[in-house]
Amino acid sequence: MAAVVDATERALRAWHVLEGVLDPEVPVVSVVDLGIVREVIERDDGSLTVVLTPTYSGCPATEVIEQGVRKALASAGFDHVDVRMQRAPAWTTDWISADGRRKLREYGIAPPGPVAPEQGTPIRFLRKTPALACPRCESANTERLSAFGSTACKATYRCRACGEPFEHFKAI
Amino acid sequence: MSASIAVSKAPEVQYLLRIGDSCLIMAQRLAEWCGHAPVLEEDIALTNMALDLVGQARAVLTRAGELEARSGGTAHDEDQLAFLRDERDFLNLTLVELPRGDFAVTVLRNAAMATWLKLLWQRLETSSDAELAGIAGKAVKEARYHQQHAADWVLRLGGGTDESAKRLRDALVLLWPFFAEMFESDEVDAFAADTGLGPSRAALRDAWAAEMLPLLAESGLTPPAERAFRSTGTRGRHSEHMGYILAEMQHLQRAFPGAVW
Repeated sequence: MAAVVDATERALRAWHVLEGVLDPEVPVVSVVDLGIVREVIERDDGSLTVVLTPTYSGCPATEVIEQGVRKALASAGFDHVDVRMQRAPAWTTDWISADGRRKLREYGIAPPGPVAPEQGTPIRFLRKTPALACPRCESANTERLSAFGSTACKATYRCRACGEPFEHFKAI
Repeated sequence: MSASIAVSKAPEVQYLLRIGDSCLIMAQRLAEWCGHAPVLEEDIALTNMALDLVGQARAVLTRAGELEARSGGTAHDEDQLAFLRDERDFLNLTLVELPRGDFAVTVLRNAAMATWLKLLWQRLETSSDAELAGIAGKAVKEARYHQQHAADWVLRLGGGTDESAKRLRDALVLLWPFFAEMFESDEVDAFAADTGLGPSRAALRDAWAAEMLPLLAESGLTPPAERAFRSTGTRGRHSEHMGYILAEMQHLQRAFPGAVW
């Protein structure tokens, strides 16, 4: 039984280390906040397997994140770490933690709302984009400037009340 | 110079190459808009979509290379498949290799392709190949967002000025004959459908029409009459434009094998 307790403790410690690995594009949220770390498994031989999931198919941060995870665990004394990429089930912004959402807002990025159940239904064209609260002044009087932004995961908005532009983490 | 590779003719490999190559060449065409789009927001949008498509292509080509090995051939990685194949071994739809044209041609092709890819990925989510199903589960969300964006622009150009409506009508006349290849089926499609790997292209026709025809109608467009012409990119016989794309896309890896930066 002692070994099992040990294993859990090591995995927990690894999770704690990963909470310090920040997203290279949004360097206030960690890979754990974003829900990118799916599993940390301790093997019988004492090695660790970290299961990551990519956000977008083409996200260039994916490889940087993988390196960041390896580096952080190595400096914390985990010698044998295997990082595995797993696509299914597909990452969703619903996996971003409440803490992660708060950090995004404080950083000036409007966090994603819940993913609409419409993902499987036909598209309604020229639909109104949902009103978002400005992360700066909290006014709901905002407008979308662009469906895309500086990274694959974001769109660009502007607040009509305080006049500031801001980014929105798209719900997918 | 890097010599060209020979690719497996196994139907499962060919089926995946058709999908991966269509995403890759489409991405290459969209990336040409970088710095040239009519407004900054569209510059960002078109290149973001290109990035998603490159990511999808990478995943599908990687899987195609793994299946090559499983079918008794030589395994190739995504870079070898993208950079070291000759024109006849690329199996993308001819539609995606056509020059990017004006903005109307680009948004109409984007709408047609994103609709097609969305329907394809939806069906591939239940593929008998678990890896392909995983790729599809991610890609379907991206294709849906692309479709929304492109279709909004088709409506906007169709209902915009006389000039924008005319450009859109011209784009439809140009592209329409090439849409047919999206729904042509052959022995590779039949193999995929029989083994549960994925749908035949013919199986996408009705669902595509159900989404695209109302969009065209709402944009003031009437589809041209059916013609006997069929493009044949998915069988490796390409338009005169394909060689130029490959020359630009491949020359660095051909001239400096294995170059990284």
